[in-house]
Parts: sequence; structure tokens; C-alpha cells
Amino acid sequence: MDLIYKQWPWYIAGPIIGLSVPLLLLMGNKKLGISSTLRHICAACVPASIPLFTYDWKKEIWSFYFVGGILIGGFIGGVLMNDGTVELMPREYFNWGELITMRGFIMMIIGGFMVGFGTRYARGCTSGHGILGLSALQWPSLVAIMCFFLGGILFSNFVVPYLL
Amino acid sequence: MKHLKYTLVGIVFGLALTKGEAISWYRIQEMFHFESFHMYGIFMTAVPIGALSLLIIRKLQIKTFSGDIVEMPKKEYHHGVIFGGLIFGFGWAMTGACPGPLYAQIGAGYTVTIVTLMAALAGTWTFGLVQKYLPD
Repeated sequence: MDLIYKQWPWYIAGPIIGLSVPLLLLMGNKKLGISSTLRHICAACVPASIPLFTYDWKKEIWSFYFVGGILIGGFIGGVLMNDGTVELMPREYFNWGELITMRGFIMMIIGGFMVGFGTRYARGCTSGHGILGLSALQWPSLVAIMCFFLGGILFSNFVVPYLL
Repeated sequence: MKHLKYTLVGIVFGLALTKGEAISWYRIQEMFHFESFHMYGIFMTAVPIGALSLLIIRKLQIKTFSGDIVEMPKKEYHHGVIFGGLIFGFGWAMTGACPGPLYAQIGAGYTVTIVTLMAALAGTWTFGLVQKYLPD
């Protein structure tokens, strides 16, 4: 099994992802959650007196270090540990020139907007609800993940095919 | 500097997301079309490992590295998990990325994802602006 250049099987990737839950808690009572960093960036850059963004975001600085690490991990896994055969996104749809097309605008800008809007509305994303919330047996997180999947299944089957 | 340990966790987390291809637009479409077990396998191992760890921490009353009591995560129900959850699901299917993978995709060299991340920030900010008008 080539773990350097090839895809990691689910039984390796999944447990490592799961172990981040106790690791963050033991390191300093930090709760796995990534959509919250979007909120912290809004709070740090453009709070605009909006109640959701007026809090002491500096207390959450650890999460910027965490997502900085995710970016580095993406570089190591996607660039350094890639022999050029692994493609993670269809570059014909996801490139800078595509942004000015209707398809690119909908998939990247409207899609991204929905990710940011929806995760804040749900107060969590796949990590905060899907991994942490389910690990802690929180039933609201189960409702959340079911809705994430319902929305995804609907769009992936009935909308995305018409966009491509 | 005291926060650098979180960067280390982030690197390992991001590496597992990337090499496990949880950041792949293709794997996300397959997942939503029920064409592959792979992504379900990731969830079905990550969650029990997380749950088992929390159980061990609670039963053995393990403290944090600085000696504090570990606070167990609580998620309150509000209708936003349904409305927001669906909206997020729509976006997840189109971009192939939830928030964690957005960062990892940028690192993996898909630089245009910076725009998707900016759009996600705009979405989060707009939610803050209109929150008081939405059912919750």
C-alpha cells in the first residue's frame, strides 16, 4: 500500500480525523469546529456592530493556528505527497477564468456563499456537528448532519448535473 | 507560540482530509450519489473513535494537559440546524467543500478556492446581518 502518493483508505483517514476530537480537548479544552473560524474572521475584520460579530475574537486565536495547519496539511498531502496522478477537483470547472462564467459563478461564489451562510445558521459544519457533535452524542447534531446530507443529496443529484 | 500545538493538530487533520480525499469534489459527488462507501467509511470510523475517546476521558476523568477538567461539548437544538443545514448541504454539493476542506483545497494548490472561501465569509457575514429576521 502506497501511503505517500496514493489515496489513504477510509480506515486510516477516518480514525486520524476522529482523534483530533480528544487531542484538541486535552490540549486546552478546544472544541473541533471549523465554520466558527469564518465567524471569527468576520468579527476580526468587519464586525460592523452586528451582534453575531461583536465578541472578543482574540480568545479564539487558537483556531486560526488550527486552520493554518489544515492549509499546510493540504499542501503536504495535495502537492508534496502527490505524484501528479491524484486530482481532487475538476480543474475545468474550478479555475480563475471560470469565475466569469455563469456556471463558475454559481458553483464557486453562490456555492461558497451558501456554505458560509448555512453553516453559521446551523451553528456548525461537518466537523463541529458531524464529527464533534456526533461523538458527544448530541442529538441536535444528528438532525444537522441529516439536513447537510439531505441538502447535498438533493443538489448533487438534481441541480449539479444541470450546471455541468 | 503557545498556540503552535494547534497548528500541528491542524496539519495532521488537514493531511488526513487531503490524503483521505475528503476534500475531493469527486468523492463528495460520489457520496451524495451513494456510489462509493469511502466517505461513509471515514464518518463511520471518525465518529466512533471520537465517541470512544470522549467516553474514556469521562470514565477515567482524564484532565487536560494543564490539569483542567475536560468540558464535554454540548449542542443545543434550534431550528437553524434544519434551515441552515439544508442551505449548507446545497453549497457543499456545488463546491465539493465544507469549511475545513476549503482551507485544505487552497493548500493543495487549487488557488481559486480562495474565492470560494471569500464567498463563504460573505455568506457568514450576511447571515449575521439578517439573523434577526430569520426563524431560529
